[in-house]
Amino acid sequence: MRAALSTLDVARPRDLADALKMMRAAERPTPIAGATDLLVYLNAGTHSGRQFVDLWGLRELSGIRAGREGVRLGALATFSEIREHPVLRRRLPALVAAAAEVGGRQIQNRATVGGNIANASPAGDSLPALMALDAVVHLRSQRGARSLPFAELYRGYRDLAIEPDELITGVEIPYPPRGTVQFFRKVGTRRAQSISKVVMAGVLGLDRKRRVSHVRLAWGSVAPVTLRSTHAEEALQGATPSPEAASRAREALASDISPIDDIRSDRDYRTTVAGNVLLQFLRAADPRFART
Amino acid sequence: MSGRATLSFTVNGKRRRVSVPPMKRLLDVLREECRLPGTKEGCGEGECGACTVLIDGRTVNSCLVPAVQADGATILTVEGLARGPKLTALQQAFVEMGGAQCGICTPGILLSAHELLRRKRGKVPSDPEVREALAGNLCRCTGYQKIVDAVRAAAKSKR
Repeated sequence: MRAALSTLDVARPRDLADALKMMRAAERPTPIAGATDLLVYLNAGTHSGRQFVDLWGLRELSGIRAGREGVRLGALATFSEIREHPVLRRRLPALVAAAAEVGGRQIQNRATVGGNIANASPAGDSLPALMALDAVVHLRSQRGARSLPFAELYRGYRDLAIEPDELITGVEIPYPPRGTVQFFRKVGTRRAQSISKVVMAGVLGLDRKRRVSHVRLAWGSVAPVTLRSTHAEEALQGATPSPEAASRAREALASDISPIDDIRSDRDYRTTVAGNVLLQFLRAADPRFART
Repeated sequence: MSGRATLSFTVNGKRRRVSVPPMKRLLDVLREECRLPGTKEGCGEGECGACTVLIDGRTVNSCLVPAVQADGATILTVEGLARGPKLTALQQAFVEMGGAQCGICTPGILLSAHELLRRKRGKVPSDPEVREALAGNLCRCTGYQKIVDAVRAAAKSKR
């Protein structure tokens, strides 16, 4: 199988404009970022592409810019860069926590946020964090630029609302409202380097009357796509934190997710653990969710 | 670029030029073209860390790096740690404390630990910090404790 690697073509663009031109080729080339997923597929013989465009090192797609309202991650921002960034550590701890649990250090040094999005695995660890943080994905092609709310990105299992000639150029993340609590929890076979059985990111804020005024609950590995549990969010929106409100959210969550049995886990386990993770988040966010 | 790509990079302080298929794994380029077989292949899919090397000061799984992306890079493999017969403090600690048994994970673990010690800039990492830094390196012999002890001992000896 490995011999096949020697027959693959790699185009090396000078800059983004050059890359966008290459992406228009009839062969529909596959863009390469850190290659941490792609080389696994190529070695296993499960990726059929023969033409590649190497984006690694393109300056226009690199770096992290922290502004007043939010941050812009270049598509090639690595998970190491994300977890080490001082502003992100302070303002987007859920994303930083996710970045710190993607594979081991070796993976974090190569894997990029744009690659995690494009790979579109329902178990992608950064994806629930991006979704809970209301990220917007920036896309470019020779035809122009557009942005897409993260929530509109996945149409189905590994089915991205991105055209073959488009590249992900970056991700914009607004800072959540002041006073909101962020949470990230990954459940896998071991603490590091495992593919998630359940992965969740949450953001929760209260108004002056200490009722829930902002809530985002985003999940991976419990459905064909990364998704927000809208029924569970509705059960919490406007509610005064209490054990009853937490129970209602947990019940509603069951109708939001559709976990499957697979090699890593099974439906019942994932449903139970997702509920437990939700309770853990709510209790951490406000102790009144726990008080009896 | 099709067929072969001419790439140049620095490995263990030496400039190298190779002509290889662009998607050839860096692991294979190091072992075959550069004749540096210290870097081992374990799983070949980024799980075990046996093939860990440093690119521009950061650990990577060399089984998941296309050769073309190493063009212009500075690479450190296990062969580049010791100076001639003189082992580094880290290698010496592994020898003395039983940090290596069968040895196949050892080159990768040394490089992950090397990166950690450089990141800590002379501070001794805690036990959990060592475990976190080595989370991407699997060892089926030692049970890890002796590896963790060796890394911390090396950090202490360097102070």
